[in-house]
Amino acid sequence: MFKTISVLILALAALAAPVRAADKPVLTIYTYDSFSADWGPGPAVKAAFEKTCGCTVKYTGLKDGVSILNRLKLEGSSTKADIVLGLDTNLITETRASGLNAPHGLKLTGLKLPISWSDGDFVPYDWAHFAVIYDSRRIKTPPRSLEELVSGPAEQKIVLQDPRTSTPGLGFLLWMKSVYGPGAAAKWKQLKRRILTITPGWSAAYGLFTKGEAPMVLSYVTSPAYHMIEDKTTRYKAAKFAEGHYLQVEVAAAVKTSAHPKLAHDFLAFMITPAFQDNIPTKNWMFPAAPTSRPLPEAFGKLIKPSRTLLYPPQVVSKNRKAWIAEWLKAMSE
Amino acid sequence: MPTLRHTAASASASATWAALAFIAGAVLAAATGLIFLAPGGSAWSGTFTDPYVWRVARFTLWQAALSALLSILFAMPVAHALARRARFTGRTWLIRLLSLPLALPQLVAVMGILSLWGRHGWLARAAHFTGLPGLPGIYGLTGILLAHVFFNMPLAARILTAALERIPGEYWRLAAQLAMPRAAIWRHIAWPAMARVIPGAALLIFMLCATSFTVVLILGGGPAATTLEVAIYQALRFDFDPPRAMALSLLQVLVTTAVFFILRRFTRAPDVTASLEAPHAHPAGNDPAARLADTFWIGLAAIFTAAPLAAIAAAGLTPDLVPLLASPALHGALLASLILAAAAAALTLILSWALLQSLRLRDPSFAAMGDLAASLILVIPPVVLGAGWFIILHRAGQEATLAPVLVATINALMSLPFAWRILRPPFEEAQARYGRLCAALDITGLARLRLVDWPMLRRPLGLAAALSLALSIGDLGAIALFGSESFRTLPWLLYQKLGSYRTDEAAGLALILLVFILALMALAEALGGQSRRNTP
Repeated sequence: MFKTISVLILALAALAAPVRAADKPVLTIYTYDSFSADWGPGPAVKAAFEKTCGCTVKYTGLKDGVSILNRLKLEGSSTKADIVLGLDTNLITETRASGLNAPHGLKLTGLKLPISWSDGDFVPYDWAHFAVIYDSRRIKTPPRSLEELVSGPAEQKIVLQDPRTSTPGLGFLLWMKSVYGPGAAAKWKQLKRRILTITPGWSAAYGLFTKGEAPMVLSYVTSPAYHMIEDKTTRYKAAKFAEGHYLQVEVAAAVKTSAHPKLAHDFLAFMITPAFQDNIPTKNWMFPAAPTSRPLPEAFGKLIKPSRTLLYPPQVVSKNRKAWIAEWLKAMSE
Repeated sequence: MPTLRHTAASASASATWAALAFIAGAVLAAATGLIFLAPGGSAWSGTFTDPYVWRVARFTLWQAALSALLSILFAMPVAHALARRARFTGRTWLIRLLSLPLALPQLVAVMGILSLWGRHGWLARAAHFTGLPGLPGIYGLTGILLAHVFFNMPLAARILTAALERIPGEYWRLAAQLAMPRAAIWRHIAWPAMARVIPGAALLIFMLCATSFTVVLILGGGPAATTLEVAIYQALRFDFDPPRAMALSLLQVLVTTAVFFILRRFTRAPDVTASLEAPHAHPAGNDPAARLADTFWIGLAAIFTAAPLAAIAAAGLTPDLVPLLASPALHGALLASLILAAAAAALTLILSWALLQSLRLRDPSFAAMGDLAASLILVIPPVVLGAGWFIILHRAGQEATLAPVLVATINALMSLPFAWRILRPPFEEAQARYGRLCAALDITGLARLRLVDWPMLRRPLGLAAALSLALSIGDLGAIALFGSESFRTLPWLLYQKLGSYRTDEAAGLALILLVFILALMALAEALGGQSRRNTP
C-alpha cells in the first residue's frame, strides 16, 4: 500500500512542469488553449519567434479570454505571465483596471482592421465579425437582417451562448443592444421563441448545431471557411445582416511585472509581422490584423462581407455590462 | 484486555479525526484563500437579499428533488429484477455499464442523450419516418430531469441491488418454507432492505443534481432554468466576484445540510440479525409473470442507459480515430489522466476508510459527523475549492509543482461521497456481525483487516475504487484553472478539440474515454473480487 502511494506521489510530481534548460530566458504567454493547441497557431508562432529571440516561449493554455483575465487577477503582481494573448476588446477595460498591463510602445501602422486602432497598451492580432451560421440544407431562406432573425418562424431554432459566461454570448447581447438600444429587451422577448437553448460557451453551442439540434447558431463570419477548407463543404453558411455585424477584435498585451520587458515588447512587435500573421487564418480561423506574406486562402474570399461594423468602445461595455445583462436576464426569465 | 480495546478505540477515533481535519482543512483553507487573498468583489450581504438568487435556489431544490425521486422510483424495480436474476449472460457488464454515465464528462453525456432524445435524435427521426407524432421538445425541465435520471438511476440501481444482495440467505429459505407470496416477500424482505439505503441514495442523487451544471445550462433552455452552481460559476466569470461566489456556496451548503438532516430522520439502523451464512443471491421467482417483469425492467434500464452510450461510441467511429489513436498527445493525456485518477482513487479509499472508523465507536454523533463530512463535500463547488487553493499555492510559489496534487485531492474529495455510500452498509454489517467477536478475541489492527474486514469488504472496496477512478478520469471541473502544456488530461484534450471545430476528433476521444473507463472499472473490480476467498 505505502509503496503504491509513494509511486503515485512520484508520478504526480512528474506531471508537474518538466525542468527546462536554464541558460535561455523563458517568455511565458497566457493564452486560450485553442491557440496553444498542436493544431492552433501556437507551435508555429513559438518556433518562428524562438529563431530570433534567443529565448524559450512557454504557453499556459487556459480555457478562454475570460479565464486568462481571471487567472491574471488571481495571481496579481506575482504572476509569471510576460504576455497575455487572447483577450478581446470587451475585456480591455477590466484588464487595465487590474493595473497589470504595460504600454506596448509600438507604432501600430499598417494594421488591417475594420476599425481604427489607437490603444497604447493592447495590440490587436486578429478579428472577425460575429454572424449567425445556418445549415443551408435545412434553411433555404436565411434571415437577411437581425430583425428577420428576431421575428422569424419559431420552429426554426437558434442556439446562443450565455452572455454571463461566454465572449460570443456577450458579443450577441451587444449586437442586439447596438441595433435596438432601449428596445432590446422587447426584441429579446420576441427572439426567445426561436432560441432552442443558451449554452455556457461556444463549443457546446456549435456542437449542438453540427449535431443537427438547431439549424442556426451564433458564431463567426469566418466559421464557414473552416468547413470549406477542412471538411470540403459549403453546407454551413453565414447569414449577412442588413443592420451590420458586431465585431470581435482579439488583443494581446505585455504584463507590467514581467522580468523580460524587452522580450515581451519584441513579441508584441513580432505579433504584427507576417511570420505570426500567416498562422492566423487557417489555424485560428480569424482574419489577420496585419499583412500576411501570402494572400488569404480562396475560401476566405467567399465569406460574407458585413456592410457595417458595430462595436461599442471598451469603457461603454464595462460601464453598462451589468445593467444590460440584468435587462437580458429579466427579459429571458419571464 | 480493557487497555487493548481502549487502544483500538482511540486508534479508530484518531483516524476519523484526521480525515475530518483533512476535509475541513481543505475546504476552509480554500474559502480563506478566496475571501482574503482574492481581489475585488461586492459585499456578501447583497447576495442574500437578491430575489434572483432565491428564485435560483428554489429551482435548484425543485429540480434536484424531482430528479432524485424519479431516479429512485425507476431504480427500484430495476434493482429488484437485477437482484432476482443473479445469473444471466452479460449481467456483470450490464452492472458495469450502469456506472458509466456518471463517469463521463457531462458535455459528452449530454450529446449522447441528445442523439437519442434530441430534436434531431433517433427517436425524433424514427417518429418522422413512421409518421407518428414526434416527442415534445425536451429543452427545459423535461431535458434536465431526463439527463439527471440518465446519470443517477443507474447509480441508485447499483446501490439498491447491492442492498438486496446483502439480505441473508436464511430469509429466502424461510420465505420459501412459508411459501410467502410475492407481495409478502416484497413487503417483508425486499422493501425493508431497500428502504434502509434509499434515504442515503436519495441524498447523494439530490446533491449531485443540486450541483448540476452543464446539464442545466445546455438542456435548461435558457436563464429561467439556473442552479446555484451555475450562479457560482457565473459569479467567478466576467464579474469575478469571489465574495458573491462564497455567499452562494454557503447558501448551497446550508440548503443541502437541511435536506441532509431531513433525510437522515428516515435512515434506519442496519439490520443486525446475526447470520451465520454469507449473503445469498435473491432466489428467482420462476413463474412467467415474474420473468416477464424482470426482463422488462432490466431491458428498459439497459436500453435507457446503453442507447446514449452507443450513440457516443458510434459518433466516435470516424476516419479520424486511427490517427488519433496514434497521436502522442493522446498517449500523454491518457497517462496524465491515469496517474491523476489512480492517486485520487487511492486518497478516496484512505479517507473513506478513516471516516468509516467512526462507526466502530458506537457514538451516534461521531458517526453523524463522518456521514455529514462524507456527504456535504459534494456540494462544495470544485471551482471554489480550486480557485481558493490556487491562490494559496500561488502565494507560496508552488502552483506549477503542486497543481497535479491539488487536482488529485479535489477529485478524491468529490468521489468521497460515492465511496462512502458504497462502503458504509457492508462496513456496518461487518461490524454488527463480527464486532463483538473481534472484541472478545482481541482481533484488532491489521489482523482484523486481514481476517474480518478484507474478506467482507473487498468487493465493495473494488467497486468504490472503480467508481472513484472513473469519476476522476472524466472530471474536468477541477483542472480547468490549472491549464498548462505539460499537464493535459483526456477530458481537457477533448474540450480543446471541441473548442476549435474538431467535433469528429472530440467524438473519437469520447469513445476512447468510454472504453478506457470501462476497462479501468473492470480491472479495479477484478482486483477486489478475485482474491482468494477466506470466509472467517
